[in-house]
Amino acid sequence: MTWDWAFAFEIFPRILQGVGVTIGATFSAFAISLTLGLVLTLLRRSSFKPLSLTIAGIIEFIRVTPPLVQLFFVYFAFDMGPFLTGAIVLGVHYSTYVSEVYRSGINSVPKSQWEASRALNFSPVQTWRKVVLPQAIPPIIPMLGNYLIILFKETPLLMGIYVTEMMMIARSIGAETYRFLEPITIVGFIFLVLSYPCALFIRYLERKSGQIPGSAEKGVKA
Amino acid sequence: MFTNIDTFLPYILGGLTTTVQAFLFGAVLAYSIAIVAGLARTSRLAIVRGVATVFVELFRGTSLLVQMFFFAFAFPALMPFTMSTFIAGGLALGLNYGAYASEVVRGAVLAVPKGQKEAAISLNMSKFQTMRRVVLPQAFRLMLPGLGNNAIELLKGTSLVYFISLADMTFNANILRSSNTSLVSQVEIYTYLLLVYFVLALPLVFLTRWLEKRASKGVSTA
Repeated sequence: MTWDWAFAFEIFPRILQGVGVTIGATFSAFAISLTLGLVLTLLRRSSFKPLSLTIAGIIEFIRVTPPLVQLFFVYFAFDMGPFLTGAIVLGVHYSTYVSEVYRSGINSVPKSQWEASRALNFSPVQTWRKVVLPQAIPPIIPMLGNYLIILFKETPLLMGIYVTEMMMIARSIGAETYRFLEPITIVGFIFLVLSYPCALFIRYLERKSGQIPGSAEKGVKA
Repeated sequence: MFTNIDTFLPYILGGLTTTVQAFLFGAVLAYSIAIVAGLARTSRLAIVRGVATVFVELFRGTSLLVQMFFFAFAFPALMPFTMSTFIAGGLALGLNYGAYASEVVRGAVLAVPKGQKEAAISLNMSKFQTMRRVVLPQAFRLMLPGLGNNAIELLKGTSLVYFISLADMTFNANILRSSNTSLVSQVEIYTYLLLVYFVLALPLVFLTRWLEKRASKGVSTA
């Protein structure tokens, strides 16, 4: 079997129809992981030990079990639509990674900043909102961007719970026509074309802002 | 609830061998590739660097599941020989995580201070000696935590072989689910599956923690 250009051009628009779902799922999941990630980070820093240990345990469990199995679990345990399930599960899964990123950002804020806010009689909420977070977030933006790209490349998993994203469409084309080469290559090509420029942009941001200490060891896929 | 453990758990564990085999196959391939590609990316020869960069970006830029489908369904059509789905799945896992791990290797080699290399040159060491006696021993220590994290990711990734019909634990759990369709049994099946993956990952988690601790201990970073 060789590459068939006519067939490739014929199916390209059909696969492209799935790109909206893929990107939609990516951004919904990313929004969830950004929000939940911050909540997890803050809870984990709680001085009430049972709470912070429980949160640390939950984070560890979600982090080291396969997202695919988590998808199946939630899909069959709760009565939610496939897209919603997919966005929530991927969002929650990556919130555990994102919380690690927030943590490194918060840890890189000098201790004197905390002491200064205390001296100025700031409340804890004011300290976080006006002093710590505004300094902790900007340096970690490139790393958060990295996780957006990783999340994007994880979305084909959603075909496991019947979300009609690009890979699902490619597989059904393959099943109908017995030609897998073109549809799968096209999906890979679309992933590469969309993710590579973003990755280059993020590397540029990283170089501009300079790496923050301790950031490299956690982000495996950074 | 959780009353069928004696029938469900052994059935899920029937796929343990496949999961572990896929993990080991993937890990051996991934780490071999990581060392070669990581070192090639720090090479002074532009061709070597170029080839390695294209390989790494290609496998990092497209999704793991897309690659797995490619090796399982599209690749055999292109090649004159046939390849078992196990080899296809292992290849996809090894190449994908190898590309990610090569970044860890590259980062570690680049993190060895320049003065070390200069000192080796001034001692009249050959390039090979410099690599073997000065750069690699120091870089190895730096890359271990990253490679440990990578192993955890790889273990999670093995669940994707379910899509290419390899009878791993996820695959077996889905067979069980299709014959036990009550909500309670579905939740039960996937709970066991998650727990088994967690137990499998725990040693890797502790190993990584230990390596992280060791990597930062007793070494001058100046």
